[in-house]
Amino acid sequence: MEPLITLNNVYKSFSLKSQFKGGIKQFLFHFPKSWQEMRHNRHFEALKGISFSVYPGETFGIIGRNGSGKSTTLALIAGVLRPDKGEVTVKGRVSALLELGAGFHPDLTGFENIILNGVLLGLTKKEIKLKMEKIVEFSELGQFIYEPIRTYSDGMLARLGFSVAIHVEPQILLIDEILAVGDVSFQKRCLEKIMEFKKKDVTIVFVSHGLGDVERICDRVALLNNGKLVHIGNAKETIKKYIEIMEHNDGKDG
Amino acid sequence: MSFGFDMQKWLYYKDLILVLTAKEVKIRYKSTIFGFFWSIANPLCFALVFFVAFKIFMRLQIPNYIAFLLSGLFPWQWFANSVNTSPTVFVSNASLIKKVNFPRIALPLAVVGNNLVHFLLSIPVLILVLIAYKIYPFSLKWVIGIIFLSFLSSLMIIGFSLIISSLNLFFRDLEHITMILTNLVFYCTPVIYSASMIPQRFRIFLFLNPLSPIIISWQKLFMEDAFSTEMILVGSIWVVVIFILGFIVYKKLEPKFAEVI
Repeated sequence: MEPLITLNNVYKSFSLKSQFKGGIKQFLFHFPKSWQEMRHNRHFEALKGISFSVYPGETFGIIGRNGSGKSTTLALIAGVLRPDKGEVTVKGRVSALLELGAGFHPDLTGFENIILNGVLLGLTKKEIKLKMEKIVEFSELGQFIYEPIRTYSDGMLARLGFSVAIHVEPQILLIDEILAVGDVSFQKRCLEKIMEFKKKDVTIVFVSHGLGDVERICDRVALLNNGKLVHIGNAKETIKKYIEIMEHNDGKDG
Repeated sequence: MSFGFDMQKWLYYKDLILVLTAKEVKIRYKSTIFGFFWSIANPLCFALVFFVAFKIFMRLQIPNYIAFLLSGLFPWQWFANSVNTSPTVFVSNASLIKKVNFPRIALPLAVVGNNLVHFLLSIPVLILVLIAYKIYPFSLKWVIGIIFLSFLSSLMIIGFSLIISSLNLFFRDLEHITMILTNLVFYCTPVIYSASMIPQRFRIFLFLNPLSPIIISWQKLFMEDAFSTEMILVGSIWVVVIFILGFIVYKKLEPKFAEVI
């Protein structure tokens, strides 16, 4: 089967110096040079030669400690970042679950924010209107949908965001630590919805620290450590590896 | 993001820009009691101050001075408000830019669109002032002129907005520089004085300031229902230069936005 997502020997580094010396004139007059300098001065290598493929219908987990390159990998798949070296190929519509309230405006109503978020995630207005009823229903916001979202609780916001993202009907769904918010029943429903997606053969890339969730829903899991792919395999075995590494490091630190 | 055919893509772009513009316009008027009044309060207050300072105290020889002031101030506000909010337009949407791969150009376009709506809404106020001065330039030509100049001005303001919003991510001082520059350029542009008052040997500066030909064209249209071919020509050259420059700067820097934000 053709993979939907392929990362081939991907390198990505970030410049630690976000601004440049010499001012805007220097920058513009020596644009290619300044650009190179900006890129190669004191950079942090987030990913060092990562390769893996995700196949259609798969639920693919990425685990690792903070700073191991999980979010960078996700951003590369989303097409937000471009690799320095190597190739990232993604086929199909990608939707991302955003952190709480990203892309929402507090003074607009839930209804208005659904349209706003929908177009940002790649739908036309017409497509959003067709799905509106389902989105509102899933969010369980009822009459609150006509209130400005600054009056919402964190859980309500999360429900709204999740509801929009999943109704975009993506071929690839990126989930980054979203289940950390919301109450237990909401988390349960999110997991149910993810399971439903799995049944519909939506490909999911799931980044989480919740090892229990990872084990429950992921078919395959990749373990990243310091920007390198340490292990890739079924959930159980990868999580075991992860715990080993964590213990090993803790031992070193202590 | 890939779409089956191009038409779908353009429909999507159109919706994205419209929804974002509508959002900006809504936010501007939400939770204020006087709503629309606030957007014209600023140019009206300035017009009043300039009227007292220049017409009454300094006896400036420009007839129908308030109408003249407003016919330059309203388009100027469109430019200045767009340009002054441009530095923060990407920065304030950081989390979105880091996670979602939507066409980022929609954000500055929505800022310019918001201020265009604003500008168009202020035209009725100008009409009232013109009538108060017993000036009646209104004709079909006048309306077509407004559409035409709005188009030219949009392109120019979009160009400026793209340059400033993109560069500001790499050079955050630009926010402060922009503020100062718009203030300086304001006094170098014939808004409170008329172009005809500039001595002949300085007239070249009228053409070196990209805003002057456009503002002069607006004044001429609003007040006299007329066009100066010279100004339209020079203005159009500036519009093309700045729009293309803006687009190139945006295209060159856009792939790095998510990294530096």
